[in-house]
Amino acid sequence: MLLKRKFILKTKEILIERLLFFCSLLSVVTTLGIILVLLFETLDFFKEVPVWQFLTDTQWTPLFVNKHFGILPLLCGTFLTTLIAISVAIPVGLASAVYLSEYASLKIRNIVKPLMEILAAVPTVVYGYFALLFVTPLLRKIIPDLSGFNSLSSGIVMGIMIIPLISSLSEDAMRAVPMGLREGAYAVGSNRLQVALRIVLPAALSGIIAASILAISRAIGETMIVAIAAGQQPRLTLNPLVPIQTITAYIVQISLGDTPHGTLEYRTIFACGMSLFIMTFILNIFSFKLKRRFQEIYE
Amino acid sequence: MNNPALSKINSSFVRKSGVNRRLDSGFRILGIASTAFGLVVLLVLIIDIFLDGADRIKWDFFVSFPSRKPELAGILSAWVGTVWIMVLTALIALPLGIGAGIYLEEYARKNYLTNFIEINIANLAGVPSVIYGLLGLGLFVRYFNLDRSVLAGGLTLALLILPVIILSTREALRAIPSSIREASYALGATKWQTVQHQLFPAALGNIMTGVILAMSRAAGETAPLITIGALTYIAFLPQSPVAFSGGFPFIHFSLQGLFDPFTVLPIQIFNWVSRPQKGFFADAAAGIIVLLGLTLIMNAIAILLRHHYQKKVRW
Repeated sequence: MLLKRKFILKTKEILIERLLFFCSLLSVVTTLGIILVLLFETLDFFKEVPVWQFLTDTQWTPLFVNKHFGILPLLCGTFLTTLIAISVAIPVGLASAVYLSEYASLKIRNIVKPLMEILAAVPTVVYGYFALLFVTPLLRKIIPDLSGFNSLSSGIVMGIMIIPLISSLSEDAMRAVPMGLREGAYAVGSNRLQVALRIVLPAALSGIIAASILAISRAIGETMIVAIAAGQQPRLTLNPLVPIQTITAYIVQISLGDTPHGTLEYRTIFACGMSLFIMTFILNIFSFKLKRRFQEIYE
Repeated sequence: MNNPALSKINSSFVRKSGVNRRLDSGFRILGIASTAFGLVVLLVLIIDIFLDGADRIKWDFFVSFPSRKPELAGILSAWVGTVWIMVLTALIALPLGIGAGIYLEEYARKNYLTNFIEINIANLAGVPSVIYGLLGLGLFVRYFNLDRSVLAGGLTLALLILPVIILSTREALRAIPSSIREASYALGATKWQTVQHQLFPAALGNIMTGVILAMSRAAGETAPLITIGALTYIAFLPQSPVAFSGGFPFIHFSLQGLFDPFTVLPIQIFNWVSRPQKGFFADAAAGIIVLLGLTLIMNAIAILLRHHYQKKVRW
């Protein structure tokens, strides 16, 4: 009787462990699913459009009669909005992280950090509305040449959206720097700014870089802000005042239309998705490895 | 101080330390300004949206379908769709995500496979949401033939928030000291008994915080649902799972609604923002007030919950 109970208990333990293991394996299956779905459609796409044309053609006009399939204009749009976003987010986010980690009192930090989280929790479609109907009209008062759709205002708003990401991850990295390093610097007469810039920043550098890379990856993949406020005109330009189109915005544009399954136009979004996935994948892995390294040093 | 050389060094030192002090306080102001910047923008955003859309927040707005006339349009199909999608997403993602978190934190041995799964989850957490949309389109909509249904949308969003739930479950479990586990084992409990009776109840508060944040993200997601082909204009609702009509037994349950097409609040907002007619911008703003209200309330609950558990639990 006891033996039987023990047997049931043991079987239950094993079954539960298997079950939980399959739950965690599901994440691997998801990645596999993403890669396979993107790969199959992309391979079909490349049967009709040569890879070199996809990578070097300077025009992207899959919906026109005269079709061109060069990803460069979309890549350029993505690059431009990302560049604007991180030039807003990295300086502001870093300054805020240094302030929160080195200057602010515990009380201020406890109030500000949850508020920052709210900034990150606002749905991106809301930021898109804000970029199109508030920031663009505001900027137009300063820059009259600005088009109604442009990469400048969507980039700025995207930058504001990722400030909390950079600020909170960099602050974590800075706070992981051992107190002894700071105390040593204070003991030889440094002030707070010197400690922050010469001791804490260099010591937390790999964590800060990891945060920045993650922010770049987030900006590359951001969709709704650019779909709403940056326009739908793929063009090879670095002018932030004119309408452009990003890879993500193109995927949304095609998804909204009634593109029949199995056509070349339908496959373009998977080829675009593949490019997007490869870029963000490399950045994410790089950021993860960097972050893990700085955790190993101080723990 | 009579030595002229010494006095020169001294005065340069004084000047330098004055400069340093000014730099220090200058940086403090810069830091405060940077921290305040985001929060001020948030405030401006909220005020702007209220000015644009508060007039449209009336009862009719919640019980009307979208319309070609901006002043008659409402969010009925949108909010019903959002409720459907969120319930479904939670039902799928919660057990799977929490299970995976428990496995990785409590069961998994430190080996190559575990390391691979961990890197994989970290990467999945950073994959752009629109890619999950493409996965949903290729896998659920086409391969499993679910079409643009509520089920396809719920499955897609469940995969999207799975990494977030796994990571917060793991963090919650990691915060529990090993003495609790050891005490439980010492009393002869098996691994699962320890998880079920000790670890899970202790971690529940922190897990719920992560879950609520993940659900608030799911409520605001637009791109993946557009990609799987959720409709932007819809004037009917998915079939209700519970109906009170017809003959005996007067209450009918049906899951047919899972296979009906749907729209959600963020997509409805997106649709209104992209219209050329100015009248729809007010509808969009009003929709945003509802959506923002929903996500902010969920975030507030999560923050309060975390605060509560951090205060209460002292190991």
